[in-house]
Amino acid sequence: MRDDTPRTDCDADRPQRGDATDGDDAATDGGATVGASGDGASASRSDPGSVGDRADDAVDGVSDRRGDPVLELDGVIKRYGSETAVSGMELTVHEGELVTLLGPSGCGKTTTLRMIAGLETPTDGTIAVGGDVVAGHGAVRPPEERDVGLVFQEFALFPHLTVAENVAFGLDDPDSAAADSRVAELLELVGLDDYGDRSVTDLSGGQRQRVALARSLAPEPDVLLLDEPFSNLDVSLRVRMREEVKRILDEAGVTAVSVTHDQEEALSISDRVAVINDGHVEQVGAPGEVFEHPTSRFVASFLGQASFLPARVGERDIETSVGSYDRDLLNGLGDGYVGSHVDVLVRPDDLRATPVPAGDADGEVIRRQYTGPSFVYHVKLNDGTVLRCLHNHTEEFDVGEPVAVTLVADHALAWYPAQ
Amino acid sequence: MSADSSEPNPVGTASDGQFGRLRERLTGDAGREQPDTALVVLAAAVATAVLSPVVWLGWRASRLGIGEAIRLAASDTAVDVLANSLVLVGVVTAASVALGVPLAVVTVQTDLPFRRLWTVLAALPLVVPSYIGAFAYVSAFGPSGVLPDLLTQYGLGFVTPYLPTVYGLGGTALVLTLFTYPYVFLTTRASLLSFDTTQLEAARTLNHSYPRAFRRVILPQIAPGVTAGALLVALYTLSDFGTPAIMRYDVFTRVIYVELNAFGQSRATLLSLQLLAVTAVILALESRVSADTSSGYGSPASASPVVSLGRFRWVVTLLPAGVSLFTLAFPVGILTMWLVRSGPGYSGGGLAFEPAFALNSAYAAALAAGVTVLFALPVALYAGRSNSLLARAVERSTYIGYAMPGVVLGLALVFFASQWLTQAVGVGVARAVYQSLPLLVFAYVVRFLPQAVGATRSSVAGIDRDLVGAARLLGETPSGAFRRVTLPLISPGLLAGAALVFLTTMKELDTTLILHPTGFTTIVTYIWRVQEAGYYGRAALPALVLVAVSGLSMVPLLKGSDDA
Repeated sequence: MRDDTPRTDCDADRPQRGDATDGDDAATDGGATVGASGDGASASRSDPGSVGDRADDAVDGVSDRRGDPVLELDGVIKRYGSETAVSGMELTVHEGELVTLLGPSGCGKTTTLRMIAGLETPTDGTIAVGGDVVAGHGAVRPPEERDVGLVFQEFALFPHLTVAENVAFGLDDPDSAAADSRVAELLELVGLDDYGDRSVTDLSGGQRQRVALARSLAPEPDVLLLDEPFSNLDVSLRVRMREEVKRILDEAGVTAVSVTHDQEEALSISDRVAVINDGHVEQVGAPGEVFEHPTSRFVASFLGQASFLPARVGERDIETSVGSYDRDLLNGLGDGYVGSHVDVLVRPDDLRATPVPAGDADGEVIRRQYTGPSFVYHVKLNDGTVLRCLHNHTEEFDVGEPVAVTLVADHALAWYPAQ
Repeated sequence: MSADSSEPNPVGTASDGQFGRLRERLTGDAGREQPDTALVVLAAAVATAVLSPVVWLGWRASRLGIGEAIRLAASDTAVDVLANSLVLVGVVTAASVALGVPLAVVTVQTDLPFRRLWTVLAALPLVVPSYIGAFAYVSAFGPSGVLPDLLTQYGLGFVTPYLPTVYGLGGTALVLTLFTYPYVFLTTRASLLSFDTTQLEAARTLNHSYPRAFRRVILPQIAPGVTAGALLVALYTLSDFGTPAIMRYDVFTRVIYVELNAFGQSRATLLSLQLLAVTAVILALESRVSADTSSGYGSPASASPVVSLGRFRWVVTLLPAGVSLFTLAFPVGILTMWLVRSGPGYSGGGLAFEPAFALNSAYAAALAAGVTVLFALPVALYAGRSNSLLARAVERSTYIGYAMPGVVLGLALVFFASQWLTQAVGVGVARAVYQSLPLLVFAYVVRFLPQAVGATRSSVAGIDRDLVGAARLLGETPSGAFRRVTLPLISPGLLAGAALVFLTTMKELDTTLILHPTGFTTIVTYIWRVQEAGYYGRAALPALVLVAVSGLSMVPLLKGSDDA
């Protein structure tokens, strides 16, 4: 049913995919706003009811389109003393795809990556790479015997070696002619053909990243791991390197798992995104799927500047504090919900504010965010709910101005049973 | 000691030197307040004073005929002494690397049980004077030592002649290694601590086991640190007098001392010049190595262990435990044993130890500490405020005396007092100066000035320059501002420097032996006298006192490692 959802040009309508910092703000803002509107459990795990059913569709249904599983995590748990960093991680990565683990800091995504690499040992659960169990059943294989590559957050290039020596480092016989040609091939792949004899300390951030990538690709790992690969680059360089890394990974045909807290990065380069919360996978699926149809409030509020609009489900309509709308606007809402209360996920591009006389207003503008091409107005409704509305930069309202709010979404919206 | 060589040179002040400063003064666009002329003159005077021993040595050497100089330098003795010294330096340096590097690796990178304790214990021998160690080993394994006694006691006396001798190269190298390897341990440890451990992780994900990663990634990067430590060991070995003297191995220092006392001053002079030349070579190597160590790349490293030893943890513990046994437990045990043992012939004879000797030591050390700090103050203030060539040259020159072997320094001051003063001023003055307390204290100042300058300079550099400006704007004169603002702020550094000089002076052997006033017996000269006479029991108590004093000088070192 999801695939039937009319998507029209909704992606083009979302201009707020600004830079990464913006994305971070959005994630935190989302949670805070929902909390302020009286919905204290915004970051709770997946909601019960139909939402859970729909989650199943999202998780799989990809395996037939993808190659064989290359990396499998089954019930992986990592505890440090009484702290649980990873609590039952389940993930399958197929050949040739790029899966991004996306989550707030401290959610356990980097720990997961380090366990896959063999730099940490799981407390429980199994990890299999290329069909071989590398951790679990009481045995742990050291990192050097796993065929897993890792691009470190700060690249960890060897400062005492040249660019070419760094790339050749993991090759079986670094001094052989075969190694030389492999190094040349990789340097060409990452666009550093003439840099082989340079010292890595002379390179710029982006160049260092290319070397790090070439170095970990050289021994042809089964899985390539990327730990926050763009966090060490200038904002202006990030977008460019993102596309570049995606191209290199595609050309190398490598299976890759990346970790980031930057939703824009995750959504733009991944084949699939796994949203991680509190040490487990909250939702995994294609980027559009996860963004359009978050299966939990956590995922919803983590992606985009989400707000939750309370609604009462009628026979044909839903009643909200900003008017009634057709029931079909809510994605997959069955007849069983008639008469109950739900919270509708609305993002700024789903809403418009119109200045009206105070008597007709739904609420008033309490804050305006200027992003250059557009304004995001925060509107506090009379019942206390705070919504965000996206407007062109020419539409200027003042803080305190009374406004009416309209739902203008032309696609089905996600919803959650009211709490 | 060469860390400051890597400091950035503000363009236009350092390169233009005096002229640049002059121009800045003339044009009035000085970026910052320039040091007083008085301060510059004082600092330069201090530098000249501590450099003067080189002049006396050169003056004495210039009185040798060329022919005699060549004959002495090419004599068999001179060649033997050079060969012996180089062999000793080579053996001790290699052995120190073999001991210091593994100790540093297991205490920094592995989950060795009680890492902190072993780190402290592995560094501790550095502050124990090696001649105390030599004394302990000779008194245990020497001809009239503990071991032959025990063997005789158990009816095994016939074995004694077949035991390897403790004297000579073997014993000297053993003792020097046991007490100087911490230089390598500490510099290697510092390199390992600043090593970015994600590089090790990177190597492991690139299919390298820890030993292979150690060889290809860690070792090349800690090599400058290891080399720096090895060169310090070489410098110490070359300049140490006590150990080869007790162990009867003819290296430069021992022969110079013997010749000095046997009125072979010409020979002593030439050997001193040769020794200085070898020292200069090592110093030159050292300055090149230290300049290379700053790579300034990579993320800050952590001190958390990166290698799990698993069930070998306790086996590996035998390494630091074994080393500590030979460097600490054994010498202290032997000394304690001599203390409680009252055999005839050992505790009897010679003069008894008197508390007055300890007071003499403390008195001389306190004088040395006070005067050294006074000398250090202008140098530290000047070097801390100016980056000019002159300032750096002044600070550098204070290290010359530090690098000069104590025996050579003693010799140079003997020439100054007994010969130059006699000729230039008069016999009366020369007699008053030669083997006087002020001359001895001056020798201490020359030897230990860098310790006080280093401690003071860093606290001078830590003072916000605006504070003095604020005091001036509030109506203080320059000297008032110094007294009320600068001095209180640098006093912790001054005190630390003074304490360090005090402790080091307490156990200084070389110049104390050569220059101490007749009848002025200190702990060190007492130990020397009774150990030469073989009254080991008499030396035990003062030696233990020195070990305790040495332990005190470890305190700032431990504090430093807490911060790290």
